[in-house]
Amino acid sequence: MKLQKNTALALYSVLEFAGEPARYISAAEIAAKYGVSPHHLAKVLAELARAGLVESVRGVGGGYRFVGNARRLTLLDVILMFEDIASRPAGAAATPVERALDTVLDEIDENAKATFGSITVATMLGLIERQEAAKAVAPARRRKAA
Amino acid sequence: MAAPSERRTAPAAPAARARRAPRTAAAAAEAPLVIRPVRRADLAPVVAIDATVTGIEKRAYWESVYRRYGAAAQAGRTFLVAEQAREVLGFVIGEVRDWEFGSPPCGWVFAIDVRPGARLGGIGSALLQAISARFRAAGVTKLRTMLARDNTLILSFFRSQGMMAGPLISLEMDLPPA
Repeated sequence: MKLQKNTALALYSVLEFAGEPARYISAAEIAAKYGVSPHHLAKVLAELARAGLVESVRGVGGGYRFVGNARRLTLLDVILMFEDIASRPAGAAATPVERALDTVLDEIDENAKATFGSITVATMLGLIERQEAAKAVAPARRRKAA
Repeated sequence: MAAPSERRTAPAAPAARARRAPRTAAAAAEAPLVIRPVRRADLAPVVAIDATVTGIEKRAYWESVYRRYGAAAQAGRTFLVAEQAREVLGFVIGEVRDWEFGSPPCGWVFAIDVRPGARLGGIGSALLQAISARFRAAGVTKLRTMLARDNTLILSFFRSQGMMAGPLISLEMDLPPA
């Protein structure tokens, strides 16, 4: 499945900020890292700030900081701020074929929601850490085997 | 012979003092957490924890589980409890299953629970680590479980332990009347 651009940006930002909760990170730094315009990112960050997930400080050394609860905030919580991942209106299917196809799409939606709803920001940070550790170990193993 | 117990979050307390039941809640929280094989006397608190969480008391079911996974369990079957200050606060049950669904032998966890008032203290993690250690000792390198997708609390717990979706999909259907 593919998330909308703003949703993905919100998730990247939340995870970047939550990964370094003591540091104020500038919007420009996140924008450069993910190849988006700071103007575009600013709208996403404003939404996160309105929801109380990040706080911002202006001026030199300023930026954004994660102030949410990383052990409680799930990916689904952030996603639903920007899009409805089950966007098909209920009862819109008019034909038997549409209804049958909707049944399959509903199954996919329910699994997607269960996945996003069970993964917290803290769990994601753990996953990032494990993947990076494995990435660091893999070349060393290859060198040893060669 | 019973497998040795694992002690977690153990403060440096004299052994004799640790054996006495602490008098206060604070002292109870400081007592060492012990993960050990289930005993018959643990069934009552296990039934009570399950009844608190599910709202249904299933004494006969738990007796049956105890017979199969606790007392005289076959190799690969594990039923552990978490005990602190002589109180059973949680349990985990699982077994090594060989070539089920065409999959190489792996460890299945089919029940894990912690008394609601004792959660968020690492007891669930300690139970899962303990059963994982037993599965590793039995020679398997994969841990699996299955749960309802709307059981967000336990789903989040397993996720926090590093578990991801596996290669199996659960399917079901209503059987039409004969």
